[in-house]
Amino acid sequence: MENLIALLVAAPLLGAAVLLCGGRRLDAVGHWIGVLMSTASFVFAVILFADLLGKDAEHRTLMQHLWTWIPVESFQADVTFRLDQLSITFVLLITGVGSLIHLYSVGYMEHDERRRRFFGYLNLFLAAMLLLVIADNYLLLYVGWEGVGLASYLLIGFWQHKPSAATAAKKAFLVNRVGDMGLSIAIMLMFTTFGTFAFGPVFSHAGDASEGKLTAIALMLLLAACGKSAQVPLQSWLGDAMEGPTPVSALIHAATMVTAGVYLIVRSASIFNGAPDAQTAVTVVGAVTLLFGAIVGCAKDDIKKALAGSTMSQIGYMVLAAGLGPIGYVFAIMHLVTHGFFKAGLFLGAGSVMHGMNDEVDMRKYGGLRKYMPITFITFGLGYLAIIGFPFLSGFYSKDKIIEAAFAKGGTEGWILGTCALVGAAITAFYMTRVMLMTFFGEERWKNQPTRSPEAPSAEPAAEHRGEHAEPHPHESPKVMTIPMIVLAFGSVFAGGFFGIGDRFLHWLEPVTGHSEGDSPLSAGAVTGATMVCLVIGVGIAYAMYGRRPVPSVAPRGSLLTRAARRDLLQDDFNHVVLVRGGEHLTRSLVYVDHTLVDGVVNGTAASVGGLSGRMRRLQNGFARSYAVSMFGGAAILVAATLLMRAV
Amino acid sequence: MNPVNYLYLSALLFTIGATGVLIRRNAIVVFMCIELMLNACNLAFVTFSRMHGNLDGQVIAFFTMVVAAAEVVVGLAIIVSLFRSRHSASVDDASLMKL
Repeated sequence: MENLIALLVAAPLLGAAVLLCGGRRLDAVGHWIGVLMSTASFVFAVILFADLLGKDAEHRTLMQHLWTWIPVESFQADVTFRLDQLSITFVLLITGVGSLIHLYSVGYMEHDERRRRFFGYLNLFLAAMLLLVIADNYLLLYVGWEGVGLASYLLIGFWQHKPSAATAAKKAFLVNRVGDMGLSIAIMLMFTTFGTFAFGPVFSHAGDASEGKLTAIALMLLLAACGKSAQVPLQSWLGDAMEGPTPVSALIHAATMVTAGVYLIVRSASIFNGAPDAQTAVTVVGAVTLLFGAIVGCAKDDIKKALAGSTMSQIGYMVLAAGLGPIGYVFAIMHLVTHGFFKAGLFLGAGSVMHGMNDEVDMRKYGGLRKYMPITFITFGLGYLAIIGFPFLSGFYSKDKIIEAAFAKGGTEGWILGTCALVGAAITAFYMTRVMLMTFFGEERWKNQPTRSPEAPSAEPAAEHRGEHAEPHPHESPKVMTIPMIVLAFGSVFAGGFFGIGDRFLHWLEPVTGHSEGDSPLSAGAVTGATMVCLVIGVGIAYAMYGRRPVPSVAPRGSLLTRAARRDLLQDDFNHVVLVRGGEHLTRSLVYVDHTLVDGVVNGTAASVGGLSGRMRRLQNGFARSYAVSMFGGAAILVAATLLMRAV
Repeated sequence: MNPVNYLYLSALLFTIGATGVLIRRNAIVVFMCIELMLNACNLAFVTFSRMHGNLDGQVIAFFTMVVAAAEVVVGLAIIVSLFRSRHSASVDDASLMKL
């Protein structure tokens, strides 16, 4: 059974290799190869999962050692895979949701002539992410980590003929590099501290290391997680990453990439458990990001960017939960899985809407679409109810648990974190209701619009070769796109209940992550009640603002906060002023130092040697007798020196 | 007779030769002065050979003579061709090899 583990990665990797090297002769079937490979990986995952289920809770770890990658003295990097409850949860999510997104892309990318290459990249993305979650040491994890970065770069910039997409891809890559630096430093610290970076020895020796070292490692891991999971302060790439095709956004947000950071923190639980300061930092990052993303999500008129803000916010919840320690690890992963379902469903729904609306992304130009796209409406609607935490849907179970765990942290900290999480729940309800109302309800604002206004953001260039229509004709998407949405909608509805009722998920993950109940100052019922009140408030405000009043098709100026949130709460401006300008000043001063000091030394040396040799050449006067004097003098000096040495 | 006296003579001859090389302009005279220095060395070698009671110095002296003979052939040929082309045997006139 262990031998199947490598096939999880091998299948999509083979698919990527075949599709990317196969050339045009595969154009006709390339997308089905991609779907087949990712589905194959999913089948392997299900077989392995069934095998794990058949074992005792204590023995649910499969290891497969392939070969030793770098053997240098005590530095042993093995290619070893570890499949335990945590890994298989991720593997099922990645391959399951990933396969559905592959299937959806067959329809979505139908008119793109580079569809084969697109599927090659999607497969590469899956392979890298799978490698990341089944690696048994941090170095192999790092390989997958970088592979995810590469694949996301290729996919975000898939329409590279658009400058905005090319820039967004570069931005994502660069911001991720900052996080990657953190991970590589963490691995080096681990090696110096523990003498190894394999999971088993590191986790068992984590208790022996000093708290300072653990804190340093944990903070570097947090930096890495911030980069991949788009947490403050490395969150700026996520909004721009919407430049990629919509299935890519779904893949990045639901199954791969942004979940990597949460995985890293939960996997390194033993390290974080020994570093309370780092845990506090994790919770702060999570709480700040969950509010940050939610506020950004409220102000965006671009449907994908609104969802991107929402992802940032939901990942913030997971990071917050992961920072709570054993109280929260399980719930972080549980929310991650349910979020994978409903966020993938929401993105695929958004893609379906755009598909039917000539790739328009501005929600102010939607409205009343529920009549025209019933399946999209229902699946998107279920995803919406799940994300806001409507009772008995997926988000209700997972988010509620996180809020509960935040209060259970205890003390002032618990109150602050819990309040943040509650406020976040209210804002989530608000912005998701806004998206829902602006898209599917209200008057049909896309009528009587001869052309798109030129400054409207055009995310999908496919419109260019499909031709500009005078007026969009909203229509339901083909079956190949709606079926994945329906499956995901089922997940959004039932996954939470399946995991939450009877604490199934808790018992499943507990042997890996450990679990402890905090002493919450509030009872579980009180927290649920408070969450429901927040939910109603958020939905109510959104209904009052967007449901009862007509939505203007041109965005009003808005308050200072709205305008700031439209600009992603000035994150880019901040980065520009502090990092870009700062970097420019730094390079300018370095160039000045280089010109004056370094060049001065070099040029000075050259000038003095030149001047000296100009004088020396006067000795070369052509008179044989003066040469004879030099020889004689030289010989005399040599003889004198020899004698002197002998005397000494 | 004390063999050290030969060394004094050798040093004297060498000094005369060196001085001649350094201060005379006529190529022939410079050349003869070089020969003088070589022979001064030979004398010193032979003397040392005698003083130390082995034959190394004598062997070297013969060797020097062979080298000197070869050198005379080349050197005189140069001087003759120099004189032919410039009508002068002054070493200071041949000062073209400079910057």
